Amino acid sequence: MIPLSNYLLLSAMLFGLSIAGIIIHRRNVIKLLMCIELMLLSVNFNFIDFAHYFDDIVGQVFVFFILTVAAAESAIGLAIIVVLYRNRGTIDVEELDDLKG
Amino acid sequence: MYASLLYQVVFYVLSAIMLLSAAMVVASSNSVRAILFLVLTFVSSAGLWITLQADFLGLILIVVYVGAVMTLFLFVVMMLNLSGPKATFQGMKRLVIFAITMIVLIVCMLLFVVGPENFSLAQHAKPQADFGMSGSVQALGMALYTHHVIAFEMSAIILFVAIVAAIYLTHRQPQNRLKQRVSKQIAVTKSQRLRVIKKASSARSDQGGNS
Repeated sequence: MIPLSNYLLLSAMLFGLSIAGIIIHRRNVIKLLMCIELMLLSVNFNFIDFAHYFDDIVGQVFVFFILTVAAAESAIGLAIIVVLYRNRGTIDVEELDDLKG
Repeated sequence: MYASLLYQVVFYVLSAIMLLSAAMVVASSNSVRAILFLVLTFVSSAGLWITLQADFLGLILIVVYVGAVMTLFLFVVMMLNLSGPKATFQGMKRLVIFAITMIVLIVCMLLFVVGPENFSLAQHAKPQADFGMSGSVQALGMALYTHHVIAFEMSAIILFVAIVAAIYLTHRQPQNRLKQRVSKQIAVTKSQRLRVIKKASSARSDQGGNS
């Protein structure tokens, strides 16, 4: 029998890897989107673990909605990246300084 | 007993594949290769979800993520032809402080929060029941279409808005297509199209008149 802590450790390690990816690939927007997908995967993993071990289906319902919103988010994010590349010729984060943020 | 051993073997193999491929996503400098490793991560985690009685969500993860979203990522990466900024380490000091903080935070989380002393089998036993229904798919459907039906319809609206937004953002008028220019057609004058030619009358018609 696998305890719940194993699954939680697994998703915590996945979350840490994706945070390291966001720190390393700060300038590449596509890599940032991929690391965000990994983060969402680890969060969904936690929901599924607790839904299984607490025997409550609502955790899986939440995962369903998170998957929906994440799919919409990545589609619109990639569309924005395509438009950005078409207008500016680059998607380097350091050169997108029009707002002087 | 053998079933339990099988579950453990499947868990450790799939989680090792998942963590290694996630590390390769972070580490690889080639974007296409990183996306393929992301696909491997999603597939192995779908397998883990299926062992956790989330059959429907595991298959949805493969269909939606591997089938649609990762294909979209591949299309965009191959379309943009990125020579790609490499992983740079500018602003080294701030970055190192941030990284150390995050690493300490995550190690503390691993050691003290989600470790075996809080979530062991003694506190949370492995359940045998499958959500009081005949399988988790039926249970998910019952929850989704009764208590959460409004949120379900809202997610349909979100997907529709995403379709409209993605098409509106990336669509552009074709450049080399033959088409009417209505304003030019209306603005044309008679002198541009019609030319009246004055011509001398011919000799043949004169003969006919005389006879």
